[in-house]
Amino acid sequence: MIQVNNVNKSFGDLHVLHDFTAAFEAGKVNLIIGQSGQGKSVLAKCIVGLLEVDSGNILYDKRDFSKMNRRDRKKIRKEIGMLFQGSALFDSMTVEENIMFPLKMFTDMSKKEMLKRADFCLERVNLSGQNHLLPAECSGGMQKRVAIARAISMNPKYLFCDEPNSGLDPSTSILIDNLIKELTYEYDMTTVVITHDMNSVIEIGDHIVFIHTGRNWWQGTKEEIIETDNQEIIDFVYASKFMKNLKGKLS
Amino acid sequence: MNYVVSIGKYFGMLRYVFSRPERLKVYHTRTFTEIQTIGINSLGIVAILSVFMGAVIALQTASNMDSPLLPKYTIGYITRSSTILEFSPTIISLILAGKVGSNIASEVGTMRVTEQIDALEIMGVNSLSYLVLPKVVAAVFIFPFLIIISMGLSIVGGYYAVTSTSLASHEEFIYGIRAFFKVGDVVYALVKTVCFAFIITTVSSYFGYYTKGGALDVGQSSTRAVVWSSICILLANFVLTQLILL
Repeated sequence: MIQVNNVNKSFGDLHVLHDFTAAFEAGKVNLIIGQSGQGKSVLAKCIVGLLEVDSGNILYDKRDFSKMNRRDRKKIRKEIGMLFQGSALFDSMTVEENIMFPLKMFTDMSKKEMLKRADFCLERVNLSGQNHLLPAECSGGMQKRVAIARAISMNPKYLFCDEPNSGLDPSTSILIDNLIKELTYEYDMTTVVITHDMNSVIEIGDHIVFIHTGRNWWQGTKEEIIETDNQEIIDFVYASKFMKNLKGKLS
Repeated sequence: MNYVVSIGKYFGMLRYVFSRPERLKVYHTRTFTEIQTIGINSLGIVAILSVFMGAVIALQTASNMDSPLLPKYTIGYITRSSTILEFSPTIISLILAGKVGSNIASEVGTMRVTEQIDALEIMGVNSLSYLVLPKVVAAVFIFPFLIIISMGLSIVGGYYAVTSTSLASHEEFIYGIRAFFKVGDVVYALVKTVCFAFIITTVSSYFGYYTKGGALDVGQSSTRAVVWSSICILLANFVLTQLILL
């Protein structure tokens, strides 16, 4: 479980996060949703330690990450897998080398064991046999799946996904969403997904946090978000014609 | 004020670059790759530049020797001295600041803007040490070899330029390059080279690592890396000359 308690973050005069508090449970897909510029990515970067919080704390299974020194943070980071918006694959390495990279750096596995693990992870994301491709030779959806394979190669306890569907077609988006959901349940991970995509909310959202003006504006389940009368959420959820029509049909 | 902050940030970066590596074996492999990228791949340009540089030094020396009292072997002597003391270590390092420096800054800068550095950090890898240390070690190791090759080729270039135009005979030029030779001059040149190698790799990595924005900013970082590496090389050259030669 990840707990975010009263986190504040500013950049000069710009106060991005205001006393943000939320809890992300294990074995669930937790979504952070909200409009652009409301602080979703800043929050995610604060949680994983890419940005330092001004005040407040972040607890990984009751271990206070925000107060840890660099060495202790490293231990927690080995338990974190992250899928970046642009995949962030190392472009000088093949698909297989990308997946084996964290194993090379942090385990004493033999090369044979690492290759076996890479094959397993690739099979898990339906990319068997694509070991020797370079990231530039992969499509956007394939790159995301390789990034997921790399993220799970170390059996992480926590998985972060920053806009996993951006730039993907609807069917590939659903594929990625389902993969994240399956892996979360299979490995009992604490998964945090940052997204704009309402399809993802409906498909995989076990617990949803709506961030607005840097505050935890609302939280609940996917069923609750459809029925809420909170105006900011209504503006966000029913911004598209498709959702408006859907709402009309449902009502 | 900005310069002071940047200098502080640069030295702060060096602290992390030289912190204990996670897995030495991975670093060894990366160092050999960098020796290939930074050193071996620069051999061509270093060779071409050195031959022509030596030829021009020899011709200019010959054209400026109006007095019949000056022996012809002076051409060889001056070609050797200027090549070893200044032209090979400094001019070739400035050229390498352009070639290697821009390469490093754009490589690291692109990794920054495409979140590859963030990915390393999230994994728990010390990204500065992983990315920069192998480049520094590779450059400090391989640059002296490049400069020694450059010294040799410059003298060869000078020799062919002078003998083919009959400005001096074979014997006179050879006597000149052997005359009053001091091993200390080569040591001085190599000490300078090691310092320049360190400056080129760390300054360029600094500009690449702290790139913010997108593709345009990577280009700007690359330009800044070359400009500041060159300025630092010239400053270091002045200081080292004062310290070692005087």
